Amino acid sequence: MSALLQVRNLVTEFGGGKGQPGTRAVNDVSFSVERGRVLGLVGESGSGKSVTGFSIIRLLERPGRIAAGEIFFDGVDISRNSEEEMRRLRGKRIAMVFQDPTMTLNPVLSVGTQMIEAVLAHESVSKEAARQRARDALGLVGIPSPEERLAAYPHQFSGGMRQRVAIAIALLHKPDLIIADEPTTALDVTIQSQIIAEFQKLTEEARTAVIWVTHDLAIVSRLADDIAVMYAGRLVETGPVSEVLNDPRHPYTAGLIASVPSQNHRGERLHQINGMTPALNRLPQGCSFRTRCERADDGCLVMPELALAGERSFRCIHPVTKVSAS
Amino acid sequence: MVTSIIRRLIQAVFVVVAMTVIVFIGVNVIGNPVDILINPDANQAERARVIAHYGLDQPLWRQYLLFLQGLLHGDFGNSFVYGRPAMGLILERLPATLELAISALAIALVFGLPLGLYAGLYPNRVSSKLIMSGSILGFSLPTFWVGLMLIMVFSVELGWLPTNGRGPTLELFGVRWSFLTGEGLRHLLLPAFNLALFKTSLILRLTRAGVQEVLPQDYVKFARAKGLRERRVIAVHVLKNLMIPVVTIIGLEFGSLIAFSVVTESIFAWPGMGKLIIDSINLLDRPVIVAYLMMMVLLFVVLNFIIDVCYTILDPRVRLDSKA
Repeated sequence: MSALLQVRNLVTEFGGGKGQPGTRAVNDVSFSVERGRVLGLVGESGSGKSVTGFSIIRLLERPGRIAAGEIFFDGVDISRNSEEEMRRLRGKRIAMVFQDPTMTLNPVLSVGTQMIEAVLAHESVSKEAARQRARDALGLVGIPSPEERLAAYPHQFSGGMRQRVAIAIALLHKPDLIIADEPTTALDVTIQSQIIAEFQKLTEEARTAVIWVTHDLAIVSRLADDIAVMYAGRLVETGPVSEVLNDPRHPYTAGLIASVPSQNHRGERLHQINGMTPALNRLPQGCSFRTRCERADDGCLVMPELALAGERSFRCIHPVTKVSAS
Repeated sequence: MVTSIIRRLIQAVFVVVAMTVIVFIGVNVIGNPVDILINPDANQAERARVIAHYGLDQPLWRQYLLFLQGLLHGDFGNSFVYGRPAMGLILERLPATLELAISALAIALVFGLPLGLYAGLYPNRVSSKLIMSGSILGFSLPTFWVGLMLIMVFSVELGWLPTNGRGPTLELFGVRWSFLTGEGLRHLLLPAFNLALFKTSLILRLTRAGVQEVLPQDYVKFARAKGLRERRVIAVHVLKNLMIPVVTIIGLEFGSLIAFSVVTESIFAWPGMGKLIIDSINLLDRPVIVAYLMMMVLLFVVLNFIIDVCYTILDPRVRLDSKA
């Protein structure tokens, strides 16, 4: 098995159980990530992209649970792991960076404490050695005078600096996989670029695999190698970033790309996708995107299978075909 | 830090002065001690002599100034009833009340914190729901009734524990304590439990609410994502955030434990300050009432100050000018 992470037919449900189906936030999702590559997991709010990330590291909020599917990490199905086995993976081999850096660090513990405990959770080294590691990690992500900053508390850092601390914590054990859940959404554009550069360096040098969960296609186009587009809990299109972004097949992907402001000329009306994301417990029959899609017809009343085309796949019976650039 | 301490001290002085005015006027409103102090058969000359002796013939503002003057010398006047310095009487009773209040607080913490933590971590378990329903009882059952029931069950029916008094005491640092003797401890158990019941429920509910507020926070999730053991996530990341409101309440409630131990002390005939103040109010023993109230004011001022210090230890965000 070549891929570092291989997710197969993952189903994550909220509620339900005992024979009753819950609400499916993630429905039959399969993808894989190889070492040193970045997968952009894209979708609107509520599409299930974040839940997919949390399912992999198994930090779902109650009553969420993995209802079906397999998650192969380095050849082992970790969806069958015990809680303690998962704990040993978390932070050590699979790390996570969260969306809002103002919320991810504990306000009443010093940055040093929060970093040292992360080291000691997986390695029995002396506290001094752990401190040294923490200091080096802070330096690595470009935080000036790391020794002093270890004693500081999160509120003494800016948002961007806090995200760097969070990334430094994620890097402490040189993980094989980092799940980044919209790590730049809450940051200034300039800081965004710095953080993205940080990740690019990381994937090149340490061959770390990254799942970058975002709704921002611009970031995906800069950073990711592959893209997986989610809609209402299902994958609707996957493939190499440049191909998918230049030549989307699924109408939803096409709609997303057209909604990016830079795609339009000045003064032109911004393209919108009609309607709203449907509630997960009231999905339309057949293709979930049917009610918002201009191309839909009666054939869409049956959920289309993911059609494979080389490295790419899409879930649509009326795919968009490339029209000459207008 | 130093300036904030000084500012607080000045504020405290104002609070105390304001309280002397309120206390002094208040005590004058509730009744005239002359009616109780003087034998109804006494003749007019004798009445006048007693009134003059206690300074009750002076106008109120004059009495107040005399009282302030005494206060500055640490003199609250002599008790009308015992004829001894009022503050001395109170300080004599203070250890008994302190002992009771500290025991009650300890019981409240030992039961309230873990139960609240449990109910917060596993809100859907039947046991959690039982705990929460129980805490409603703890809140709503009147202290005097629970005290009487405790006596009924444990003293009268089962005969396990004594009904009243402190039992034998042992001297430590020049003060007599009950908890140092086995028999004294048995005497302490029922009143302490009685006094603790309400506070246990309070701390329990506060802890549970705190857990439910802190658990969904991103930093708890992030702590788990670092691969920390669940024990450390709860004991450090959750508990430390939780302690901020809990410490505030504990501090304030400790004052009220002392101030309102009156009921429990009366029921269990615990010879503490609460019992003294009730007796003094019945007899309109003004100096004792005033001294007691002033003591309580001081207690709350000191407690508030201690809470503030604890705050800065627990919450780095309030360490305002520590580095400046």
